[in-house]
Amino acid sequence: MSALPVLALQLGWGTTLAIKTLIILAIIPLGALILGYTFLLKMMSHMQSRLGPMDPGGFHGWYQLVGDGLKFLQKEDIMPAQADRRVFAVAPAVVVLSTFLVFLVIPIGPDLVVKNLDVGVFYALAVSSLSVIGVLMAGWASANKYALLGALRAAAQLIAYELPLLLAVVGVVIQASTMNLQGIVLAQQNGAIFGFSGLGQPFILTQFVGFALFLVAAQAELTQTPFDMPVAESELVAGYMVEYTGFRFLFFFIGEFGTAFGFAAIAATLFLGGWAIPGVHGTWANILGPFVLFAKLMAVAFIMFWVRFTYPRLREDQLQAVAWKYLIPLGLANILLTGVFKVAF
Amino acid sequence: MSTTEARPPAFQVDRAALRHLADAQVNVELDTGDMILNLGPQHPATHGTLRLVVRLDGERVVSADPVIGYMHRGYEKLTEFRTYPQITTLINRIDWLSSFANEVPFLNAAEQLMGIEAPPRSQYIRTVLTELSRIATFLLFLGEMGLQVGALTPAFYGFRDREHILNLIEAATGGRFHPNFNRIGGLKDDLPWGWIAECRSAMKIVLDACDDFEDLVLGNEIFEARTRGIGIVPAGVGASYGVSGSNLRASGVDWDLRRDARPYLVYPELDFKVWTHPDGDSYSRYWIRLQETRESARMVLQCLDQIPAGPIMAKVPRIIKVPEGETWVETENPLGQMGYYVISKGATGPFRVKIRSASFSNVSILPWLLRGVYVPDVITILASLYFILGDIDR
Repeated sequence: MSALPVLALQLGWGTTLAIKTLIILAIIPLGALILGYTFLLKMMSHMQSRLGPMDPGGFHGWYQLVGDGLKFLQKEDIMPAQADRRVFAVAPAVVVLSTFLVFLVIPIGPDLVVKNLDVGVFYALAVSSLSVIGVLMAGWASANKYALLGALRAAAQLIAYELPLLLAVVGVVIQASTMNLQGIVLAQQNGAIFGFSGLGQPFILTQFVGFALFLVAAQAELTQTPFDMPVAESELVAGYMVEYTGFRFLFFFIGEFGTAFGFAAIAATLFLGGWAIPGVHGTWANILGPFVLFAKLMAVAFIMFWVRFTYPRLREDQLQAVAWKYLIPLGLANILLTGVFKVAF
Repeated sequence: MSTTEARPPAFQVDRAALRHLADAQVNVELDTGDMILNLGPQHPATHGTLRLVVRLDGERVVSADPVIGYMHRGYEKLTEFRTYPQITTLINRIDWLSSFANEVPFLNAAEQLMGIEAPPRSQYIRTVLTELSRIATFLLFLGEMGLQVGALTPAFYGFRDREHILNLIEAATGGRFHPNFNRIGGLKDDLPWGWIAECRSAMKIVLDACDDFEDLVLGNEIFEARTRGIGIVPAGVGASYGVSGSNLRASGVDWDLRRDARPYLVYPELDFKVWTHPDGDSYSRYWIRLQETRESARMVLQCLDQIPAGPIMAKVPRIIKVPEGETWVETENPLGQMGYYVISKGATGPFRVKIRSASFSNVSILPWLLRGVYVPDVITILASLYFILGDIDR
């Protein structure tokens, strides 16, 4: 632990574990709420000239999100008669669980990380794809044809887009020579741009192809427009979520936005330097780190949601074509180039 | 006495037969039957209560049958029990997005039978309001189509810009959707003060909105990928199914009743272009409606320049009795060809009215059109054909 007095407190492992668990448990709903409020309600309303979400509560419609949350809580919990009851009930939890697991390895300061795994990136991407199991469970257990179509689309899509996501990250891993997220942040902080080390070297400068690939693939992983066929409102009504109401639906909602929060945090860590800002080290980095990371991830999330509110939806076959014909070859070429440069310099 | 004594079984299991059955099932190919999906009657893409029974093989449509009639209100029969002035209330609700345009052909039919000519000023105002309702309908389409292919934002722009038109219609007629403003021989009221200036500025907004839609929706690569070559209606097939209006013009048929029918309203005095597109796919249907929105805005501006002063009502008797006779009046409505065949026996109400509504025929091509497409394309095609349920079921 560092020299910061608060952090220097000698905590038992039990207390530490409790604190870490609490933080992780708090960060997902909080992150989901922040993204939901900032982008879904405010940015979307500005982009679409919507007056509704700007109205409740007076100032800038601050009450809208509270109202939405309360609405979900008081809705009737409906389960279809034909549903596979146990699977139906568990599915939302599985989706949210994968989101929780991602946050375990994301560092928010030099010493602030729940579990400093050596295979951090690998772990984060692996657990993030667990959610597809929850989606399939939801779609199958709902006993609804729309839900089934949505779930199968989701499965096909998430599997197809795992690859570009991984390939995009491999470039970063090669450049940083580590899979440890903390190590990747440090590699960026200690790097140099053409010998100028004042700013460090955020990997977006060298891995811009990887960054673009990561954003596109993350968009598909999050089932956001233009890759939102699994939930396609105008076709499948809401896809695998169609039979879910009230609190269970809220779980999916939190899962969706929490995962967006998680992916934005991973992208900020891998490509934008994570918690690091130039010239801040030690204790101050621990204090400022979370805020810096938050600012960076909001910038990434802004791009994600900007695309989401702008584009139409691709068709299922076009989506697969984009993944296999463009993204994966591009990712492979990026890895090749990165490898060549790594060896050359 | 002893309960353990074996009773004779109630039936004999023929194991040999069962084995035969099992063999048979093993040898049968794995049966992957088609899935029957009910699209509607409650589905966001069907604008109301159209139901499509779609047989799916995976995501591919094997066959699709539209089921209509969930909203049948029996208007043709109801007209036989109403007087002519009362009927306009009913026919307002056939195509509820462009109610004013519905009133025109029926009123024209009644006026023709009675030999009344509405004064020029009221004819001009009718033309303006008809074109305004066309713009309102198409603006909604331009947004809605974006929504159906997955882009949320254009829908809100469509609704926002349509609001200007609805406000104009409300200011002139008092009703936003169901003006019920036409009278036999003219109109209920004259235009309010300042309305013409308002209308001019609103047309500017509409023209700007059309530019926006052209850039944002038509210019979008994904939109193009989703609509180009999807749902191609060849001109011959479309015409034989009775498809009309913008849908047929998108297939390259140069046929617009505003120009080609028996002259009505003041269209002969206006200078306008009838747009056609050779492709006949969903993209061209969007393109055609975009151009026609612009053309309508220009027509409104022309009307506003030419609008004469004068009375808005011809002399009509207090109790309207239509002399014996029959007539067929067809007009170019936003959704296509709208026609009324009115038979009068000299009473205060018609003896029989046959309503030819555009959407009914436009939707009848669906089984032909939807065969072999993917599920998302079903939605694209439904959206691009653009129907109103009230116009199908009447």
